[in-house]
Amino acid sequence: MASFLTTLLVVAVVATTPLILAIPLIWIERKVAARIQDRLGPNRVGPWGIIQPIADAVKLISKEDITPAGTDKVVYNLAPIIAVASVVLMWACIPFAPNLIGVDLEIGVLYIVSVASLGTMAIMMAGWSGNNKYALLGAFRVVAQLVSYEVPLVLSLLIPVMLAGSMGMQDIVTAQQGMWFIFMAPVAALIFFISAQAETGRAPFDLLEAESELVAGFNIEYSGMKFGLFFAGEFVHVLTNGVLIAHLFVGGWWGLGVSADGGILSNVLGLVYLIIKTAIFYFISLWLRNTLPRVRIDQLMDFNWKFLVPISVANLVITSLLLKISQVAGFAVDLTTNASFTAALPMTLLLLGGNIALIFGVIAIYGFNIRRDRVQEEAQAEAIAHATSH
Amino acid sequence: MNILNQWGPIGLFMVFSIVLPAAPILVAAIFAPRKPNDIKLQTYECGVETVGDTWVQFKVQYYIYAIVFLVFDVEMIFLLPWAIAFNELSFFAFGAGFLFIFLLTDALVYAWRKQALEWN
Repeated sequence: MASFLTTLLVVAVVATTPLILAIPLIWIERKVAARIQDRLGPNRVGPWGIIQPIADAVKLISKEDITPAGTDKVVYNLAPIIAVASVVLMWACIPFAPNLIGVDLEIGVLYIVSVASLGTMAIMMAGWSGNNKYALLGAFRVVAQLVSYEVPLVLSLLIPVMLAGSMGMQDIVTAQQGMWFIFMAPVAALIFFISAQAETGRAPFDLLEAESELVAGFNIEYSGMKFGLFFAGEFVHVLTNGVLIAHLFVGGWWGLGVSADGGILSNVLGLVYLIIKTAIFYFISLWLRNTLPRVRIDQLMDFNWKFLVPISVANLVITSLLLKISQVAGFAVDLTTNASFTAALPMTLLLLGGNIALIFGVIAIYGFNIRRDRVQEEAQAEAIAHATSH
Repeated sequence: MNILNQWGPIGLFMVFSIVLPAAPILVAAIFAPRKPNDIKLQTYECGVETVGDTWVQFKVQYYIYAIVFLVFDVEMIFLLPWAIAFNELSFFAFGAGFLFIFLLTDALVYAWRKQALEWN
């Protein structure tokens, strides 16, 4: 009974954390966007406008909730709940510190990927049930986008799993004691970051709320709190991606003075390091969102299927081959048994070399193709100019 | 017992993750005004009256993307155990994984050559 109550308390705290975080995140998001666009941002409610999100929440709660005629009521009301639930569920096995984690599942990574894809379903439900053509068209686009970008996401996720030899989140973090995985697999980290950005539907991949083309996208027919929940889910999802990248590639809670089975100091320090790392990736994500223009849907699909997917497959092949070579040659270390920096160094250098070779190979191939296309275009243009001048 | 220890909290999580977002909706349902009328409840399509059925035929391209995705997603699930056991893999198992990735690439090349990835 006591253990059940403890579990209940832990679950309640961990599940509420992302939703509580949503409130400051809205303020940070608006403030950062405003600064990048040379505006002031919210600055009326409270000091520096810090109470603005609470005012927004009160407004959303007191707003009339319009359910348009002809909607599919059950699906319509369930969609915003599932959109938030998918993000909350991801936090179940995200570690906060060496000894702080909701549930350390053995298949943590697979679990996170699978509950994250519940969000795709929520969007399809919202678009389908609204009885609105624009919403439905928006939902089709989004589902095509989210489903496509899941392929490079999972392919790049395989590499930390391979290096750590486990799918558990704590195991993956622990394996990075001596060396962060970003040094062993920079290409995988970059692909993961890009496709995670696409999974949240942020610019330059914000086709799901292409205001100027589809009125608003899948959530046209939503108002009041239900509309707000979609955005709360999105804001928290961006932060969740920051945490995931920090854990999978940048060593999570590892830092100066943290030990894996340490006491309170270790846990507090670990949490601080994790917050710093997450904040960096979160900021980069906001920065991209506010700087880059939206891509077209054909460019979006081409970028995924003809660029990210082939590169992530090539990356998987190169990484596994080099890892096997280093095992056969005998200088591979088992990262799960506390490998130090010096022990992991030769393996890291080999993998880093492979990644750099891959980057140069990709630049060479795509550079060659682009040059060939340009020469053809120039020849055509010249032929046309020649024909019209006579 | 171990399975219950691991997945029991996840079950609790599922309950919480439904209840927590449902709570503000319920609060809003109590406090929000409710004054529906016919014009307010109309479908919003840029202010123009809705023409025809909403559930229109969709572009077949979406279907093709879904199939290509399905091929990849299922194959990646099979690659996960291969990646976990990577350190203990025998040479044969390692080669089998490579053959598998080769087939995956083959599917991508096939779809690409068949123009399945062109948006038109």
